[in-house]
Amino acid sequence: MVKQGVVPDDLTRPFFEAANEERLVIQNCTACDRLHFPPRAACDKCGSGDNLEWKQLSGKGKIYNYGVVYDCPVACLKEDLPFNLAAIMLDEDPGVLMYSHLPGIAPDEVPVGGAVQVIFEATANGQKVPEWQVVG
Amino acid sequence: MTTQMAPESMYRSTEGLGVWEHRGKVASVGIGHSPTARRWDGRPETSVGALSILALRKAIADSGIAPDQVDGLVLVPVTTTGAYWPADQPVPMDVANAFNQTDDPLDGIGQLSSEWIIKNMPELSNVKFTMYAPGCMSAAIVVAAQAVGDGLASNCLVLKGWHNLEGRYNHGGISGADEVPGSFAVTPGRTLWGAPGCYGTALQFAQYCTKYGKHHDMMAPFMENSRRNGLLFPEGYWAQHRPEQLTPEDYLASRWIAKPANLFDNDIPIMVAAAYLFTTADRAQDAAQKPVYILNHASSRGAARSITPTLEEVEAETASTGRKIYEGAGITADDLSFENMYDGFAQFHQFHIEGLRYRGMQPGDALDFYQTDISIEGPNPILASGGNIGGGRSRFWMHTDCMQQIQGRAGARALTGVKPEIAVSGGPMPMGGNFTVWSATPD
Repeated sequence: MVKQGVVPDDLTRPFFEAANEERLVIQNCTACDRLHFPPRAACDKCGSGDNLEWKQLSGKGKIYNYGVVYDCPVACLKEDLPFNLAAIMLDEDPGVLMYSHLPGIAPDEVPVGGAVQVIFEATANGQKVPEWQVVG
Repeated sequence: MTTQMAPESMYRSTEGLGVWEHRGKVASVGIGHSPTARRWDGRPETSVGALSILALRKAIADSGIAPDQVDGLVLVPVTTTGAYWPADQPVPMDVANAFNQTDDPLDGIGQLSSEWIIKNMPELSNVKFTMYAPGCMSAAIVVAAQAVGDGLASNCLVLKGWHNLEGRYNHGGISGADEVPGSFAVTPGRTLWGAPGCYGTALQFAQYCTKYGKHHDMMAPFMENSRRNGLLFPEGYWAQHRPEQLTPEDYLASRWIAKPANLFDNDIPIMVAAAYLFTTADRAQDAAQKPVYILNHASSRGAARSITPTLEEVEAETASTGRKIYEGAGITADDLSFENMYDGFAQFHQFHIEGLRYRGMQPGDALDFYQTDISIEGPNPILASGGNIGGGRSRFWMHTDCMQQIQGRAGARALTGVKPEIAVSGGPMPMGGNFTVWSATPD
């Protein structure tokens, strides 16, 4: 599945630049010791953007749960329907979620709670994005 | 007259505020609905502006209050069901010219301003207070109730209109682009991963089923009940245009959108408008209709921590909303005769009513409850209006039904298993909505 190309903007550039280097980084508020994803201008706990830094993660997580998409608004994904769309809980903080199509897993055969490992996929314009692969 | 968006101070969005200061001092005395249509056919008389004028005039007439006694207007300026007027398409000036225009020719076609309403309803000669509310009728009701309670208006109209243009929800625009901005790529709700509108709710429902050992098939009695109630709602889309019962077999055979949410779990977008007239409890005594008193309004401002709300976040928020609803109204769950919480996506509903602890429900109980008698004839009615599943996407059937049931004019939909005395309605989202407690008496 080739996703729409991505043009990083100021808020997301560190995330996507790291993805091109096959590293997973997300924001962390050093004052609150709180991870954030998606990227945001300020910590949702202390309200300050002054203490947000980009932190590299292990790239390990677990599948929170999933849906199977049969009717998708994004034009370039329609030829791949139906497909899994899972929410991944990061091992460093299960309250932080990322989406995944779970490449290699047949639709509706998703091991809920199963372990996953980040990989990086190129989108339509070459910009890489994190994806997640079931391990074990 | 400049119209402002309602300030956050008008909403009761935290716990611990105590009983609402205007409890029982504001009442609804007028209801008006336009006809429904699946989509706009391009004629002036079926535009969202025309439908809104029709609904407003019906609400005024229903109340028996003279139009020149109306001094307030609260409305939702956004009228889209998902599609906006295409930037490259000329505005249909024959439609715009059929009305008194404002500076924006799309007023009355793809949006509504208070200025447009007043320019096209000359009988509203005494409106001195106007305010906008975001999103849907649930917010407008809260703002109007607070405004009347605060003395900003004495006889206040409340309006929500919807336009539904050609095209599919979220399928145009950026969804068809080759490239998207980085922020959009990871924006909650709409991302590179192609989540349809119902996906977030479907994900929460999937987790709900995993956690509590439930299954999507258990929604079937709720869906059948909602359509049945909706077909008894003559103002609704299904009753007016497609009077077909929904059988469990029909429901379960429907195509998936984002499994475990199928086509029927999504409400159908329509053209429609509704208006209400609120007044003070004192003035309500002289109205043509039996007053329906407002005991409280409460709002949810829940925010997901990450890319989509989890079940755990939803359950915490709906429980908090339930506590706010009861605290401000000075009632308990046992006092509710019936409920009309939001349902459009169908799988919102169990979160709302479990948060309310309706009929003693705890998290994980609702789908079992759906297997019992949830009809309007029984002691435990669920979504007596039929909601948005039963009437089409208006997000206001629930409010109208609460009023009509309490006033004793719900017609064939009248509750017979309970005496309709106190009810709650509202929505839309479990993680963000506005809710109202309605009562037959002010105390």
